[in-house]
Amino acid sequence: MTVALSGKEIAAKLEKQFPGSVIESSEDSLLIKPESLLDVASFLKTTPEFNCDYLTTITAVDYRDYFEAVYILTSLEHNHSLKLKTRCHDRKNPSLPSVFSLWRAADLQEREIFDLFGIKFDGHPNMKRIVLWEGFPGHPLRKDWQGGN
Amino acid sequence: MAIKTESFVLNFGPQHPSTHGVFRMRMTLNGEVVVDMEPVFGYLHRGIEKVAEERTYKQNIPFTDRLDYLASMAGNLAYCLAVEKLADIPVPERAEHIRVIIAELQRIASHLIAVGAFLNDCGAFMTPILYMIREREKILDLFEMVSGQRLTYNFMRFGGVSQDIPEEFMPALEKVIAEMPGFIDEYDRLLAENEILLARAKGVGILPKELAINIGASGPVLRGSGVKWDIRKADSYSIYDRFEFEIPTGTVGDCYDRYRVRIQEMRQSVRIIKQAMEQLPEGEVLTEVPLRLRPPKGEAYGRIEAPKGELGFYLVSDYSPNPYRFHIRAPSLINLTALRDMAVGWKIADAIITFGSIDICMGEVDR
Repeated sequence: MTVALSGKEIAAKLEKQFPGSVIESSEDSLLIKPESLLDVASFLKTTPEFNCDYLTTITAVDYRDYFEAVYILTSLEHNHSLKLKTRCHDRKNPSLPSVFSLWRAADLQEREIFDLFGIKFDGHPNMKRIVLWEGFPGHPLRKDWQGGN
Repeated sequence: MAIKTESFVLNFGPQHPSTHGVFRMRMTLNGEVVVDMEPVFGYLHRGIEKVAEERTYKQNIPFTDRLDYLASMAGNLAYCLAVEKLADIPVPERAEHIRVIIAELQRIASHLIAVGAFLNDCGAFMTPILYMIREREKILDLFEMVSGQRLTYNFMRFGGVSQDIPEEFMPALEKVIAEMPGFIDEYDRLLAENEILLARAKGVGILPKELAINIGASGPVLRGSGVKWDIRKADSYSIYDRFEFEIPTGTVGDCYDRYRVRIQEMRQSVRIIKQAMEQLPEGEVLTEVPLRLRPPKGEAYGRIEAPKGELGFYLVSDYSPNPYRFHIRAPSLINLTALRDMAVGWKIADAIITFGSIDICMGEVDR
């Protein structure tokens, strides 16, 4: 069985390595500041103890006050996984750092989030719409989207 | 005098029999050699993730049929598992066994189409795929017995399956399972050492192990590259931990390896179904669940090893009858990430079989 890494334990370790990067931690997830996303993700990927070499999925949720991006990281070697989250409060021009440089799995998935939520991923080499066409009004998975009719 | 040449752009698809749906490859060619390629899709985008936010949990089950429509049962199962995790719904023993039998039959049915269509792409026009469809037909007959449908089954429910299997199901299943290994062997004898298949598929469209992991590939694509990773073992769901089976893997990650992995997986599925049939208990098949189910506030990620790879549902509940967020982790989409790397440098005909060997379903790519 895949073991869910404890967000609390990792938060304690991160606090030493990158002070102030963790906003909140619970038993099954870890919420970090967007500025620290790349550092933390790279730390989790390269540290042998975690070795999160596999990015299972990325998704985003619109909580009206903010967007939350969710990264499910997995280690194929240790068979454990972690739910890493970060938030973006800007609704006009939301942006987050791209993890493309660490996992190419982010390629199509970040583009999809950009398409449907309008969150720009800085550092992604090909940030354009993926399932909808250029010029489509708005970003439909936002809760306040009024398109369609 | 040197001949002046220049590369040109060819639009391959979206309407083309080799694109397995409406998929477009924008290829830059140097003569017949692919020098660049960009996959373009979205032609079948129906906004299922958005639509699902306006429907109750139960109303969304039929939508999961329409993701990977060649493996609808897998979509049903993954979604039901995610909701059961979110709302903590128990599943009766008999239903678990039925689910495993159905899910493995679905894997065989999906792999039959994958392998048949792949050989079609290789140039073995229509003969192998018609043999495959002949066998798949028997599985569809079984599905018709349990659900009344032949393509979009809508069979699983939160807490079990919609109805118990009918009387005529088990004898028919026994017959199919008794015949299937012989059929796979026959097929394998015909093709495994076939000179043309080897020449076309061996060493073509290689996906190295490190890249396969980095792009988040899953299913036969990941295993074909030599990674022993199967959710049924790694993160065992339902009752898969009770059955004995092996995880076939490839070595180099070429088209031939992916083809072999699928053939071997069908044999393993037969093994699992036999064990599940022997252990099938009597009893209930469905836990009572309110029609307008309101799972407690929270989130859950449920996943299964679908025929095409890891199919997962990330659900967020705000204690209303509709999901607040309904995200689908579609294996077909993510497996396409490295298509460019696998196809560049090969000829058009090789790019086609590389694409075919990934085995995608556009309903799942575009959603």
